[in-house]
Amino acid sequence: MDFLSACVLAAGIGMGLGAVGPGIGGGMVVGSALEGMSRNPGASGKLLTTMFVGFALIESLAIYALVVVLIILYANPYKEVALKAMEHLAK
Amino acid sequence: MVHPFLFLQYLRGILIPLLFPNAMNLGGEALENAQKAVDTITYSWLVMAFLIILSLLTIKGLKRMPGRFQNFMELLFGTIETMVTETMGKHGKAFLPLIATLFLFILISNLIGLLPGFFPPTANINTTLALAVIVVVLTHLVGIKCHGFSYIKHFLGPVWWLAWMIFIIEVISHISRVLSLSLRLFGNIGGHEVVIMVVFMLVPFLVPLVMTVLGLLIAVIQSVVFMYLSMIYIQGAAEEAH
Repeated sequence: MDFLSACVLAAGIGMGLGAVGPGIGGGMVVGSALEGMSRNPGASGKLLTTMFVGFALIESLAIYALVVVLIILYANPYKEVALKAMEHLAK
Repeated sequence: MVHPFLFLQYLRGILIPLLFPNAMNLGGEALENAQKAVDTITYSWLVMAFLIILSLLTIKGLKRMPGRFQNFMELLFGTIETMVTETMGKHGKAFLPLIATLFLFILISNLIGLLPGFFPPTANINTTLALAVIVVVLTHLVGIKCHGFSYIKHFLGPVWWLAWMIFIIEVISHISRVLSLSLRLFGNIGGHEVVIMVVFMLVPFLVPLVMTVLGLLIAVIQSVVFMYLSMIYIQGAAEEAH
């Protein structure tokens, strides 16, 4: 498996697995916010605000995975090493 | 993957020879990085100019019976002041200029990214890192000012025989505050830019509209979350230790 295939595979698997946890957590946040709003419709303003803030904090974990994937694809720190190895092999 | 056309790209010709004089000769990737940096700088100036002109227009015609524009600005600042005093208490009013500036700068920067021909300055990690470092350094300064030297008790925990471990954990937690604040904002807005470009490449017909609506929601929510987190961090440094 060469360098570029490994990079692309890592990017795909990394982002896919990194979105599972925040997805489940976000669903639980919105679910309990909806249940609270249905039990007590008067508090729905405060619940809505807290739900948005809480969801953004949880979603940031998926964003960290996205940032790592973007670094792998576009700002890869091992690019020069890999390019030199490939030139060496081509000779 | 770069923006095809930006309105202020003509300023690149003036600023790149000024700030990155080697980039013109090296070409290729160095030129692309220099262009991205100069785009961030020029669009930050645009957002700053917009906010300054907005405030000058608000101050100029202050009346006792407010017209529409003054009413809107009063509503905006009243909401921000309510949120600040709710989270930070009475002495939180001293931080109202900083929190309101953070909120408005990040909100306008994020919203600008939704228009074609504009580049959001928060899509560059340097901008978000600068904002996060300002907030975290401010929390330390507030802690030292409010508590003096006994601010170190915040880092030592409730019992003395766990102090060494809790100190390491608190230092790591403070460093991760900088990283999380900056990466959250950069990832949301920069990632949204990447997604919009990919979607335009794949299906230019109606799907970019859906992504732009999502981008509008993300822009507003991320600015509110940054503001809330800054208020909570500053409040955490100003209150009593455990």
